Amino acid sequence: MMRQKRRVRVMVAKPGLDGHDRGARIIARAYRDAGFEVVYTGLHQTPEEIVEAAIQEDVDMIGLSSLAGAHKYLFPAVVEFLKERGADDIVVCGGGIIPDDDIDKLKEAGVKEVFTPGTPLEEIVNWVENNVKPRQD
Amino acid sequence: MSHIVEKVVAGDVRTVARLIRDIDDGMPEVREVLKGLYPHTGRAYVIGITGAPGVGKSTLVDQMVAHLRKRDKTVGVLAVDPTSPFSGGAILGDRVRMQRHSMDQGVFIRSLATRGHFGGLTQSTRSAIDVLDAMGKDFILVETVGVGQDEVDVVRSAHTTVIVVIPGMGDDIQAIKAGILEVGDIFLINKADREGADKTLSDLRLMIDMDQKKYDRGSWKPPILKVQAVFDKGITEFLEEIDRHAEYLATTAGGLQTRGTRDKVSQELGEMIKARLIEEVIDRLTESGDFDRAVESIVKGKTDPYTACENLVFPILSSSP
Ligand code: B12
Ligand SMILES: Nc1nc2c(ncn2[C@@H]2O[C@H](COP(=O)(O)OP(=O)(O)O)[C@@H](O)[C@H]2O)c(=O)[nH]1
Ligand SMILES: [Mg+2]
Repeated sequence: MMRQKRRVRVMVAKPGLDGHDRGARIIARAYRDAGFEVVYTGLHQTPEEIVEAAIQEDVDMIGLSSLAGAHKYLFPAVVEFLKERGADDIVVCGGGIIPDDDIDKLKEAGVKEVFTPGTPLEEIVNWVENNVKPRQD
Repeated sequence: MSHIVEKVVAGDVRTVARLIRDIDDGMPEVREVLKGLYPHTGRAYVIGITGAPGVGKSTLVDQMVAHLRKRDKTVGVLAVDPTSPFSGGAILGDRVRMQRHSMDQGVFIRSLATRGHFGGLTQSTRSAIDVLDAMGKDFILVETVGVGQDEVDVVRSAHTTVIVVIPGMGDDIQAIKAGILEVGDIFLINKADREGADKTLSDLRLMIDMDQKKYDRGSWKPPILKVQAVFDKGITEFLEEIDRHAEYLATTAGGLQTRGTRDKVSQELGEMIKARLIEEVIDRLTESGDFDRAVESIVKGKTDPYTACENLVFPILSSSP
């Protein structure tokens, strides 16, 4: 048992019926290349399933990807279930096709940041490095 | 520490998840917790699943979970994926195939990254098994990373080791011959919907039959089964073979001791001593500054690494802790 530096563990999840997974896979790879451990859930997850998996995996962050328009319901639902399970120390961010008007609402609902198409991967990775710390306790 | 033990034994998911992270990260505090958990272990039946990437291990684990749940058994899953040697990061994707069980309170699934550990498992796997065992899971399924052919550490931790191949893996079967054959308790030919399953079956049978004398003396003869994990075909028969193997372990001379056979225990203790010794020695040498001083002298050409190593290690070995 050699003491190691805590690794950042994140989850990339696709909530809802949206089948566009290209972005999610690219983000997962970028996170891996930045040195994070990335749990990928695959498509068609309910917010409850995502939260339960995140707890079992002890991740520091959940990254949600949505291109089909259901983010308005799905992203806040994840935040709510995290609270319900006493796991709201897990940071939630997201990305995909998300209109500017919705971004503010999502942030009000507790989604910490939202990234839309064209955002450089470097920016997406840097944001995690600056805003997500591996659990210390 | 004792409240953590209590919570694990009570099956608290968040506590278990966090403890496994702490084990993975090598937090020294977890040692006391693991000591406290040990009396609560020894109940679970551990099944190791190994085989090359893409043969269907995760799909198989998913179906095994479904079948075991139908028998009203609780299940823990540890799924290992490789850490990138370049970034130190990892994509842990085994879970994709198992997500339908994530809401089931009788199932706990955890993905682990190898973090440079060889042998198909992680440094933490043995202890993580103990945690899931203490948590009360009836079955623990361990999916190895399965890249090379010598990655069979799982054998030491598993009651039953399952080796998965697919039709048309002629070369892989050769490689199995070279090493894994002896350690497989059950062989599965997955993707039997594909052409060549019968050929693979007869190839494998030929190799297993070479040890017929051993089986005549009462050794376990590994069965070979054709399955189709993704179509849920052959899984019932597969689980029956696991039952049969468990029965064999329970009734043969060695017996299914809760703590494993002498061989397994001695190997495990040996590994633990090795890891602990290295850790303690390096810790002491870095804390005292001796390590850095030695590096400095080697860099400056004042000594050679062989002498430096002896000068560092011998005094520690002759002193008591
Ligand atoms: C490729 C594509 C497809 C492919 C998907 C392949 C796949 N496996 O992913 C196919 C052909 C299958 C497809 C099908 C459909 N598509 Co389509 N598709 C696209 C297209 C052209 C590009 C999407 C893409 O892959 N972009 C590349 C990736 C890298 O970008 P990205 O996902 O946006 O990710 C970036 C950011 O958003 C962000 N990000 C995204 N996720 C996350 C997550 C995290 C954690 C973070 C930090 C960041 C982040 O970071 C990434 C890098 O900058 C878009 C149009 C467009 N310009 O976006 C339409 C689009 C998404 N599709 C659309 C539609 C309607 C469909 C269909 C319903 C039918 C149709 N009209 O074609 C089907 C339904 C599929 C399904 N089952 O859900 C609409 C959605 C409209 C809406 N939002 O209401 C779009 C916007 C086209 C349009 N203008 O009408 N599609
Ligand atoms: N044709 C066929 N494909 C299968 C079967 N079992 C699994 N697969 C597919 O094989 C691929 C790899 O499966 P996975 O479980 O991820 O393999 P692993 O890397 O060994 O864990 C997936 O696309 C599965 O759907 C099977 O019985 N037949
Ligand atoms: Mg797998």
